Amino acid sequence: MKQPEITSMQRVLTTLEHKEPDRVPLLLLVTVHGAKELGVSIKEYFSRAENVVEGQLRMRAKYRHDCIYGFFYAPIEVEAWGGEVIYPDDGPPNSGRPFIGRAEAITGLEPPKVRETGCLVRVLSAIEMLKSKVGDEAPIIGVAMSPFSLPVMQMGFDKYIELMYEQPDLFNRLMKINEEFCVEWANAQLEAGATAICYFDPVSSTTITTREMYMETGFPIAKRTLARIKGPTATHMASGRCLPIVGDIAQTGTAIIGTSVLEDLAEMKSACTGNLTVLGNLNGIEMRRWTTAEAEFAVKDAIAKAGPGGGFILSDNHGEIPWQVPDDVLLSISEAVRKWGKYPLDWVQDHKK
Amino acid sequence: MTDSKELVGDFEQALLSLDRLKVQKMVMELDESWMPIQRVEKLVAPALERIGSGWEQGKVSLSQVYMSGRICEELVDTRLPSTAAGRKNQPRMAIAVLNDYHMLGKRIVYSVLRADGFDLLDYGRVETEDLVRRVNKDGIEVVLISTLMLPSALSVKDVKARLNGAGSDIKIVVGGAPFRFDSQLWQDVGADAMARNASEIGEIIFRLTGGQS
Repeated sequence: MKQPEITSMQRVLTTLEHKEPDRVPLLLLVTVHGAKELGVSIKEYFSRAENVVEGQLRMRAKYRHDCIYGFFYAPIEVEAWGGEVIYPDDGPPNSGRPFIGRAEAITGLEPPKVRETGCLVRVLSAIEMLKSKVGDEAPIIGVAMSPFSLPVMQMGFDKYIELMYEQPDLFNRLMKINEEFCVEWANAQLEAGATAICYFDPVSSTTITTREMYMETGFPIAKRTLARIKGPTATHMASGRCLPIVGDIAQTGTAIIGTSVLEDLAEMKSACTGNLTVLGNLNGIEMRRWTTAEAEFAVKDAIAKAGPGGGFILSDNHGEIPWQVPDDVLLSISEAVRKWGKYPLDWVQDHKK
Repeated sequence: MTDSKELVGDFEQALLSLDRLKVQKMVMELDESWMPIQRVEKLVAPALERIGSGWEQGKVSLSQVYMSGRICEELVDTRLPSTAAGRKNQPRMAIAVLNDYHMLGKRIVYSVLRADGFDLLDYGRVETEDLVRRVNKDGIEVVLISTLMLPSALSVKDVKARLNGAGSDIKIVVGGAPFRFDSQLWQDVGADAMARNASEIGEIIFRLTGGQS
């Protein structure tokens, strides 16, 4: 007698317990592709919660992957502070001119109130509607920028690095303000119906920050912040390396680590086994020119390296699929997971890595 | 006398530790017979090259690369006035961030090139049409374009097309995250070269200009 298929939620939860579900879960973190689905501009797409709800539901049905992504765009958090957002025709909305012009302005800065900020309320509304449609069948992922990484958009990357190294008092004040905002924002999304929060923290990656500096900054900030978020979290480095600090990340209380294509997935899985679930690490930039065969190979290779034993979720390495990635590549990825991701992964031993 | 390799290694460590005082002291303590340009070529440039390679290999962080570049740029500005430090026979160059507002990569490259004795115009953030207009007006021979976002990287194709349309022979060198994650992308957009880190650019410029610099 054929066993009923388990739900996406059950699949993901089993994986998080470092057990093998029916197959490797796939989280396709699609955002702007929803605008293509609805035939509207990217700006129009994100202007109404209903658009994003419809887009996410259609994309899940089409690509048959295992989550709903409640993420709109990264600079929605600076928009909440009064910052500028630029809407290209062919990519995610981007942060404009940084709104903290001089570091001294941090002294008088106050965080926005989440439930009184229109753009954030739009996201909460979308998550509520998605929860009413999806229930507990699939995880709904909310997103919050870490307090340590948000300043890249608030003041510009170069000025932020200088602040971190040269003005510790102002740096600490900014972190305090950002922590309050991050916790309020993350918890509001969980209350709206998000299952988990993806804590984007690329500045903590060793691509950007030394481990020594991370242990004084990003690490204690993550520990404090994640302890106050009332739900499970994934930490994502948005393509940044993190293998040298993965043991530290495991101590922040997060359950999942988003992994860069720059690092060996097998090494990452080995370092994480039993502590963190590995999420990743398909190359979203290259994906735009993959053939069906190349997509299948990339999926098969990732599963071979990290799939055995559970504790692995296939996804892209940045946390967002670029607009330029064609539908047929995403469909190929979905097919390949169904072909190669069924547990037990008996074929892995013969796979030439 | 300290072996020069050891000296460069010590200078590199001083930069990575952001020890400005030690960096300045090391430059001051060099033999007085060393001309300013020699101090750049034998000490500053090789140390920055090692730091750039270190970042490529994942051993050095971007914040260290940025702060090291800034310290060296300050050093060159205070110790090596542009008329004394300037390399001979440089191509006329400009650097720009195309479309997005992420300036870090450009700042790093600008600092490293200045520290290496190059002069170049800094256009800051520009859009496609403005970039084409300015490089033509300023008689630029090599333009360095930095991008963080994939759509911005793809816009280089438009820059190239407009320059070709105007019969221009300006060389385009690109850099930034999208190009690092797809080694074919620089060719797809019609650039003449791609730099994986700031320290590679000197050699690329030399190659593109037929050994001019």
